[in-house]
Amino acid sequence: MTTVVIVGAGQGGLQAAISLRQNGHEGPVVLLGDEPGLPYQRPPLSKAYMFDGNEDALALRPESFLAAKQIDYRPGLRALQIDRAARQVGTESGALPYDHLILATGARNMHPPLPGVERAMDLRTLADARRLRDRCASPRRFAVIGGGFIALEFAAVARKLGHEVTLAEAGPRLMGRAVSAEMSRDFAEMHRALGVNLRLADPVAAVTETGMVLTSGHVVEADDVLLAAGVRPNVELAEAAGLTAANGIWVDGQLLTEDPAISALGDCAAFPDARSGRRVRLESVQAATDHARHIAARLTGGNPPDYDAVPWFWSDQADWKLQIAGLAMPEDRAEQPAPHVVFRFDDQDRLTAVETINGARIHMKARKMMAAGPIDAAQAAELLA
Amino acid sequence: MQTALANDVDGIVGECGGAMMCATCHCYVDEAWTDRTGPRHEREDDMLEGAASEVTAASRLSCQIRLTPDLDGLVVHLPDEQF
Ligand SMILES: Cc1cc2nc3c(=O)[nH]c(=O)nc-3n(C[C@H](O)[C@H](O)[C@H](O)COP(=O)(O)OP(=O)(O)OC[C@H]3O[C@@H](n4cnc5c(N)ncnc54)[C@H](O)[C@@H]3O)c2cc1C
Ligand code: FES
Repeated sequence: MTTVVIVGAGQGGLQAAISLRQNGHEGPVVLLGDEPGLPYQRPPLSKAYMFDGNEDALALRPESFLAAKQIDYRPGLRALQIDRAARQVGTESGALPYDHLILATGARNMHPPLPGVERAMDLRTLADARRLRDRCASPRRFAVIGGGFIALEFAAVARKLGHEVTLAEAGPRLMGRAVSAEMSRDFAEMHRALGVNLRLADPVAAVTETGMVLTSGHVVEADDVLLAAGVRPNVELAEAAGLTAANGIWVDGQLLTEDPAISALGDCAAFPDARSGRRVRLESVQAATDHARHIAARLTGGNPPDYDAVPWFWSDQADWKLQIAGLAMPEDRAEQPAPHVVFRFDDQDRLTAVETINGARIHMKARKMMAAGPIDAAQAAELLA
Repeated sequence: MQTALANDVDGIVGECGGAMMCATCHCYVDEAWTDRTGPRHEREDDMLEGAASEVTAASRLSCQIRLTPDLDGLVVHLPDEQF
């Protein structure tokens, strides 16, 4: 019976354990996570949890489930190194032997080298979210560093709770790496209407005792500063074991590293995108769980074709539900066939992504269509029908 | 949806954690219970458009059914696939 050790008990690590059991894997499954408590979902941390503080609703599965599935869950235990020759993972409480190792170590908040950055708060873990939520208990002035999804979700929540919010983004537009300029513009308008003080193209120069200072010299007075300027994949464990990593642990179409006994998934993995052929790293529930299912299928003899799931993503900001089907490269052309709908096309005029606001029907149709094969502009138009 | 996951109902996936974003928690409410589970949300209809299995009048996203004492004994049927 083969033993599978999974390092990282987040969204993807837990899903790998569940899928192994669902596919009939009978050997030991050891799930190692350095955070305390049960594996939990992160998306609500910047959304519902900020309002209701309901921690029970965050757990992905109850303890009874893990026990029933014979998932050997080790919370609060960190993998310190990998001995590939001996096929062992080193921990503070001894070595764990494996036949197959799955790296699901996720990512951590990026801390840019700014003076005073240690004063800023993070929003990545439940512990971070608890701290931030405590601060929301009384009226405050928040300064937010970064204009990505998490920064904007928090800004919307904080405004709804009646706090003052100033958000500084270094780039010229919001969510610049992930969505079209059209979407960035619509979201900027919406956030301004919510009362968020947006400062675009003005990088933060320093975090101070009384807020932050921007490169333009503009001073933002704030009681608390949230740092949400992106993440770094946790690749050090893999790198130290001699595996290739550059913005993510490198895996092939089977999500295998160059060591056939080690796979990687989710936020920490850089994998070949089946459509563009480029190596990408995605930070989404979809990627973490679809990767996990793929790896589990392979390990249980399913012989799956190379990974090619259509990426999808969502973000909740105030009353707007942004949904993205597919994956656009930054240079992909944008077309706006209707308000709050943007199509992205590559240089061969193939549809690469569909961005919608409160347009679940189009989003779901797009996911289905893209899964079936390449879509041209004429076919894309049918999405609006 | 949460109750199904906690009790290892393999036919429910619930990828988005109940945010009405994934349609992998699709189920069919048994006819005898549809009065009590109530009608679908408008956005639930939209999401069901992309469900992997056939959508019928009985289709619901199970994350949008709140289990109350009134629903004790609720019977739902599961689709063949959620992807
Ligand atoms: C606030 C917030 C909001 C989000 N909102 C959305 C959203 O709306 N939609 C969406 O699709 N995605 C969202 N995401 C992203 C999504 O949560 C992640 O993409 C997903 O959790 C990735 O899963 P993962 O398993 O790769 O990593 P994670 O879930 O991060 O799990 C990795 C785990 O591994 C642990 N670990 C790391 N190194 C070690 C080690 N050496 N030993 C043991 N354990 C280790 C980490 O502590 C962590 O617990 C959000 C993320 C955050 C933080
Ligand atoms: S759990 Fe995702 S739509 Fe119900």
